[in-house]
Amino acid sequence: MFPRRDAYGMRSENMELFSAQNIVKQFDKHTALNNVSMDVPEGSIFGLLGPNGAGKTTMLRIINQITAPDHGELFFKGEKLKPKHIHHIGYLPEERGLYKKMKVGEQSVYLARLKGLSKKDAQKKLNYWFEKFEIQAWWNKKIEELSKGMQQKIQFIVTILHEPDLLIFDEPFSGFDPINVNLLKQEILKLKEAGTTIIFSTHDMASVEELCDYIVLINKSENILNGQIDELKKKYKSNIFEIIFTENNFNLLESTLSFNYKILEHIKQNKNNILKVELLNDLTTNQFITHMLKIGEIVSFREVLPGMNDIFIKVVEENT
Amino acid sequence: MNKILLIIKREYLTRIKKRSFIVMTIIGPILISSIFFIQIWLKKSGQPEKRHIAVIDENYQDGLDIIRKNRSDTATDLIMSFYTKIPSSEYLKFTYLEEDTFSEKEKILRSGYDAVLYLPERVLKASTVEIYSYDEITLGTKNYIENHLEKIIEKEKLRREEVDANILARIRTDINIISNIIKEDGTQVKSNLEINIIISIIGSFLIYMFIFMYGAQVMRGIIEEKTGRIVEVIISSVKPFQLMMGKIVGVAMVGLTQFFLWVILTVIFVGTIQLFILDPVAPPTEQLTPENFLSKSQTQSPLMPAQAEEEALSLSDTFESLKNIPFGLIISSFIFFFLGGYLLYSSLFAAVGSAIDYDTDAQQFMLPITIPLVVAIIVAMNVFDNPDSTFSYWFSIIPFTSPIVMMARLPFSPPATDIIISMILLILTFIGTTWLAGKIYRTGILMYGKKVNYRELWKWLRYKG
Repeated sequence: MFPRRDAYGMRSENMELFSAQNIVKQFDKHTALNNVSMDVPEGSIFGLLGPNGAGKTTMLRIINQITAPDHGELFFKGEKLKPKHIHHIGYLPEERGLYKKMKVGEQSVYLARLKGLSKKDAQKKLNYWFEKFEIQAWWNKKIEELSKGMQQKIQFIVTILHEPDLLIFDEPFSGFDPINVNLLKQEILKLKEAGTTIIFSTHDMASVEELCDYIVLINKSENILNGQIDELKKKYKSNIFEIIFTENNFNLLESTLSFNYKILEHIKQNKNNILKVELLNDLTTNQFITHMLKIGEIVSFREVLPGMNDIFIKVVEENT
Repeated sequence: MNKILLIIKREYLTRIKKRSFIVMTIIGPILISSIFFIQIWLKKSGQPEKRHIAVIDENYQDGLDIIRKNRSDTATDLIMSFYTKIPSSEYLKFTYLEEDTFSEKEKILRSGYDAVLYLPERVLKASTVEIYSYDEITLGTKNYIENHLEKIIEKEKLRREEVDANILARIRTDINIISNIIKEDGTQVKSNLEINIIISIIGSFLIYMFIFMYGAQVMRGIIEEKTGRIVEVIISSVKPFQLMMGKIVGVAMVGLTQFFLWVILTVIFVGTIQLFILDPVAPPTEQLTPENFLSKSQTQSPLMPAQAEEEALSLSDTFESLKNIPFGLIISSFIFFFLGGYLLYSSLFAAVGSAIDYDTDAQQFMLPITIPLVVAIIVAMNVFDNPDSTFSYWFSIIPFTSPIVMMARLPFSPPATDIIISMILLILTFIGTTWLAGKIYRTGILMYGKKVNYRELWKWLRYKG
């Protein structure tokens, strides 16, 4: 896959904010990334998924120009990725921390200036965020005097302070309590609304489903799945339906047509039966519903789409 | 805005604001000036307790017996004019007992004397005397008695050999070699070996100490960044090499700041002590203990004019040779070799710091860094014996020992070519070690929880950017 270009050699409109093509990275005899590509559409939240040791962190480090790939190309806003782009990228690494003995304000200004902000701008933006999170009182405290969650808040602010076009979060929610996780998710969604593109790497599939538009799944250094979440779900659906009905005539349920579907789960809830079935042998939903009408009164019927968790496990296992 | 300057600034400011830096900066000069102060203070006021010593001198008592028997005043005068007692000083009082009460020495001690000094009749031949006391006598007291007895006995022996003591005093000679160095351009300057040795030792030791102190600071700083997990946050903004160099340069500036503050504060402290606490006397060139000093001033006070002249001459020589020491060259070379040696070693310290997770893991990698430094300081402490030997030469050329050993050679005016070769090699080597360290560093700082060995480091060196 090569970047799309128009007749003038410029990359076309409505393109990816960031794109990595055929990235290869080797450490001695170990291949950390083998031909991994990813296209991150502008304004989207992009999940970088994979089991431990798949090469996610290496990929993120390559995007941040901490390490260079052995082969492959990287593009930022259509240009080849260069050191100057560092100022437009914000990175919250998984292994993160702050200088423990340094004061909160002083340290925030220092880190902001390393990202290219002037002292004045840094101060101004920090004031805004500190007010927003109501943490002005922390300014002159040392980092070591703050709780872990408080430190994470500072770390988050410092990451987004220079208003980067691309934000990279590696396991951003670790170390936060549920209330703050929620607060953070809201902020991430607000950043997305404001037009920021976000690369998001995590093991927490629930938050992937909640936040991500696109994903790439890396396993054993290779790209094994990528695309839009909705499409992937459709692609990996497995003819499983959930039907809720009121009746108890199970003899009928099991005697007829039973060879054409498989009951996966049956829960009784007061008068309601909640049934999870897999339709086999090209049995259509209409045929199934017609059949169910004979058994009882249908309350609801819906298709069960696979969760990202299921897809993740399925694809990784298939590729192992 | 150059980011490396931001890093240098942070490294510098956070360190000089630390309490430990401020404490060290003040304590260093206080220690140095207190050594100076204590020496003089001891001499001025810290005198030992007064001691009263009873002397049982058989010769003296024999003399008294003769006088008593003869009852002749002339005889008394005759004998006593030749007889010299040990003089009492401000702190030591000698009382010559008139009866031979050696067998009752314990009784004498109990009656209030601190010690009993026994001079047997054969003292002139045996040259041993004995002293009895409850507590050990001080070294000062012992020296005092020895010095005076030696003089008294020498005088007595001279008298018996019929030699005039005054003639002897006149012909006494004290040779002081004034060393003159003839330079290549024909000018000649006076040098002072002793001062050169002192400068050689102090200069090389300071470099040794600074390399260790500040090299270790670089290492600890890196370990702190690594264990605090801040390092990946920073290197998403700057290159790892910039972060490493920023730290190295920042710490070097802390070192230079400390050095200059030490020099300035020491001068101020010593100056203040001299001005307010002490009489404005020139510091004595040779003094060890108060007693020694006192006895010296007493025995040498009626100096022969020639001797006094000589001493004045040697003092002015000292000042002249001080003037001839190329302080400009030595201080600028000190700064050069400090920086060169520091850059070389601190980059190695940085590589070690990046490779490990905790201070305690540093041991195995520290050894190869420590050994050349320790060898260098041992060589440097002996350079003054033969500053131009092949041994000294090679150790002052090899970059891993040159900063310390060349500093030790410098006061002895080594050939300019040696200094230049040494400097060039040092620059090339620290560029090399910094480059190597940078490669280890950029991989090491991102490695967590890995037991690192030399093979692993070798692998890192070959990783591509």
